[in-house]
Amino acid sequence: MFPRPIQQTSTGTQWLYTIALPIALIIWLFPLLGVALTSLRPASDLAQGNYFGMPSGIAWENYVFIFTETPIGQYMVNSLWVTIPTVIGAVGLSLMTGFALAVYKFRSNILVFFMFVAGNFVPFQILMVPVRDMTLQLGMYDTWYGLALFHVAFQTGFCTLFMRNFIKALPFELIEAARVEGVSEWRIFWYIVLPLMRPAIAALSVLVFTFIWNDFFWATVLTQGVDSQPITAGLSSLNGQWIAQWHLVSAGSILAALPPVAMFFLMQKHFIAGLTLGAVK
Amino acid sequence: MVQKKAGALALVAALLMSTSAFAQDKRVVTWNADYDPIPLAASEALIADFEAANPEIDVQMTNFDHEAYKNAIRNFLTADPPDLANWYAANRMRPFVEAGLFADISDVWANNGLTEALAASVPSSTIDGKQYAIPYTYYQWGIYFNRDAYTAAGVTPPGPEGVNWADFLANCEKFKAAGIDCVTTGSSALWPVAGIFDYLSLRTNGYQFHSDLAAGKISWTSPEARAVFAEFAKLQPFVTENHAAIDWQDAAAIFVQGKAANYVMGNFAVANFKTGGMTNDNLGFMVFPEITPGLARAEEAPTDTIHLTSGAKNPEDAKTFLAYMASPEAQSKWNTAVGQLPTNKNATVPAEDPFLTAGFEALSTSTGGIAQFWDRDADAEYAKAGMEGFQQFLVQPEKLEEILERLEQTRLRLFPQ
Amino acid sequence: MAQAIDMTAATPVQRSARRWNQRTLAPWLFLAPGLFMFTVYVLWPIIQSITLSFYDWNGLYNQDGDFTGTFVGMGNYAELMTDPAFETSLWNNLKWLVLYMAALPIGLFIAIFLNQTVRGIRLYKSLFFFPFVISQVVVGLIFAWFYAPNFGLFYLLTEAVTGKGTAILAEPDLVTYGIILAGLWPQIAYVMILYLTGLNNVAPDQIEAARLDGAKGWRMLWYVVLPQLRPATFIAVIVTVIGALRSFDLVSIMTSGGPFGESRVLSYYMYEMALGEFGFRMGYGAAIAVVLFAIMMIFISGFIWKMWRDETER
Repeated sequence: MFPRPIQQTSTGTQWLYTIALPIALIIWLFPLLGVALTSLRPASDLAQGNYFGMPSGIAWENYVFIFTETPIGQYMVNSLWVTIPTVIGAVGLSLMTGFALAVYKFRSNILVFFMFVAGNFVPFQILMVPVRDMTLQLGMYDTWYGLALFHVAFQTGFCTLFMRNFIKALPFELIEAARVEGVSEWRIFWYIVLPLMRPAIAALSVLVFTFIWNDFFWATVLTQGVDSQPITAGLSSLNGQWIAQWHLVSAGSILAALPPVAMFFLMQKHFIAGLTLGAVK
Repeated sequence: MVQKKAGALALVAALLMSTSAFAQDKRVVTWNADYDPIPLAASEALIADFEAANPEIDVQMTNFDHEAYKNAIRNFLTADPPDLANWYAANRMRPFVEAGLFADISDVWANNGLTEALAASVPSSTIDGKQYAIPYTYYQWGIYFNRDAYTAAGVTPPGPEGVNWADFLANCEKFKAAGIDCVTTGSSALWPVAGIFDYLSLRTNGYQFHSDLAAGKISWTSPEARAVFAEFAKLQPFVTENHAAIDWQDAAAIFVQGKAANYVMGNFAVANFKTGGMTNDNLGFMVFPEITPGLARAEEAPTDTIHLTSGAKNPEDAKTFLAYMASPEAQSKWNTAVGQLPTNKNATVPAEDPFLTAGFEALSTSTGGIAQFWDRDADAEYAKAGMEGFQQFLVQPEKLEEILERLEQTRLRLFPQ
Repeated sequence: MAQAIDMTAATPVQRSARRWNQRTLAPWLFLAPGLFMFTVYVLWPIIQSITLSFYDWNGLYNQDGDFTGTFVGMGNYAELMTDPAFETSLWNNLKWLVLYMAALPIGLFIAIFLNQTVRGIRLYKSLFFFPFVISQVVVGLIFAWFYAPNFGLFYLLTEAVTGKGTAILAEPDLVTYGIILAGLWPQIAYVMILYLTGLNNVAPDQIEAARLDGAKGWRMLWYVVLPQLRPATFIAVIVTVIGALRSFDLVSIMTSGGPFGESRVLSYYMYEMALGEFGFRMGYGAAIAVVLFAIMMIFISGFIWKMWRDETER
């Protein structure tokens, strides 16, 4: 193990480590803690310039306010409308593409695979004008499905890479044996491979959920109003109205961050497994 | 939970009612707008009045978020045009006129005698001799000042006629000594700084110069343009530091708290100052100081407009509504509710609002001309380049030559000589 | 007898011919939906953008729905060459690329710091990873608050140290560094988690062997651990480069490219030119996107080349 386990060091070092951990964490999360505290500070404190002193009270009303007086609830619902279908669509499509690229040998296999991988790294801006124009022409501009369709297509690149490598690592003998038995390709996919994919599906679902929930660029390009804008874009436009009202900006930020954070803590193992794909041999 | 459900049901029922029951045998006029809550309510009141007078017409308004609208209009004008759409006068409407998306409404102007009643707005509504807009409101710009800050620094607060430039700058020295910003602004969105530049330009060289500069007819390295920056340089040390990182509302807070004495702004900011705690007693308004003596005084008053789209399905009734929006009755009512000024000279201004009356006075006595504002008078790309230059000068006055050189290059590229 | 043999032989041949057919067709049927979506939304738009970069177009169609752009050949690219805003964006992109690399050593350092088995360490690791999970919009707002003039913590800190507060987002020479610092926060967390996973898989016997040889500290890290972390480092470099070049959200939220365009990067400048309030120069925006795409292609090609080598080695 590297570094040397702390248990094997002197008592002094162990003490030092025990103290250093929480201090390092507080420094690391300092800006976030500041914002979290500000979100609970009464507006009157900020108006009087009391930004960091003792708050005069805990203002849960900041959160009540943003829920009742601004469309933030609607923005969160819109985010779900975009995020959940995208997760289902991208995971579904990439299960099939990943299966095709992992199991079959055909001439353009590697070419198709690299195309998915390369597409995944393309800068968004090269797609922006045509995708926006196409979405407009199809009458899907400013709708959750217009945004979700694009996300499905784009995330398929990353998901295919993941699924294909995951299926490659499965024992191929299973598939061979089934073929000898005369099982059709679709049934092999459905009854043999799919049940083994659960961890991959879980990992990708949490990852895609987080990516899409946090997406700001495409939300700005493909939606514009309260009826369809997801929380990231909504928060940005609310920020324009809340200038100098940091207690509201903070509360909105904390709220927007909550779902992916909850997802992360609930599905931590899968999340990290998905993210660190390829980080070990 | 049960309550929530019942609420949802009621909502669904209401939605069904509103789409099916009404508007069956009426002729529909659709209108896309970008109003904040107060003007929205004022417009809905106008629609109600109009429909009462024209029971066979149903005006249906779709309201957009103000910022989102700037983007949305480009989509709906081609994809799904309403009959009427909000926008702005002068150069801001030019791309839509040139793409054939706004319709010529010269007949509305001619048939209702608007050329006479809206005389001040004819130039900004006209492209190539035809009218494409109905201006229904505008608001003055000028200097708002905090009397408390003046008192704190021991400076006599000016009257509405203002002070001259030398006195203004001399006052700035006193404010500086008292630790108060003489002039505040928040330029993170760029446009507030254009207000300052425009006034310096209008006061140094007059309306025609401003207009020609925005049209790309004047070199940035000309002596006249340099003269404007020379005055700008005198003001620069007295403007709030870090203005580039804050928005106009942040600067309004500084102004309200008395940490700044003057604010070059549009009249819409008054509502903001008053929510911040200011009253008619400690908030003052004056016109921007005279710089070149004897120059005809010009003012900035951006105009908001309504347009008929080329794809309108019901242009006849839409024109009836446009004529109504140009009328003195409609304009008096709308502008009183919103706290802005009517463009129709026969409309009335509420006497109890000192800032509106002061603005009305300032605009009606201005003999130099009415400017729209830098970003409406200039072509979009040119406007942005200019505003970045103004902001940079206010941060780095020592880079004047570099800024002028870059602006001049932009001008030569956009307006090949 | 001969007939019988013939018959038994015929069936498997026929069967395998059908199976072969199925096996040639099957991959394409599985690929079809994904490939279709990807072509429509990714491949085709790239071609369209490249084409559009040779046009001057304000994004409007006329009343009949016709495209209103005009062909300008290399005009947009020629204009880019003399556009000071483009030059600033390019330089800033370079700053992003170089400084973002700091995420690697810092991420590794934190990973090593946290790679222990003490009580509650799992929670610590999760909390250190936190910044990566939240949206860049939120990160941008958090740092905007941190940097805010007059009351921001950073401002107060500089005021305490130097006697004069620095509003970093208003300083033309510092603003880009301020935004990069905000971007590094989640990026370091990402790199950290990559290295933590990598460290978990470092072969213990090699470490022990090296320890017996008297290796420790820096030498151990450099000669024994880092070589084993190579796959993690590779992924970390790739995601850091992509992250640096995609830096749109933070610039948009924190400064909108200001003051006077000093914090622009290519991705934001492109958006500003194409869809910004004073923009709607679609062709010019497309040209900027093509340049950004070309830069990104250098790294994408490297990645693909490495993957191709790994694939063929197997």
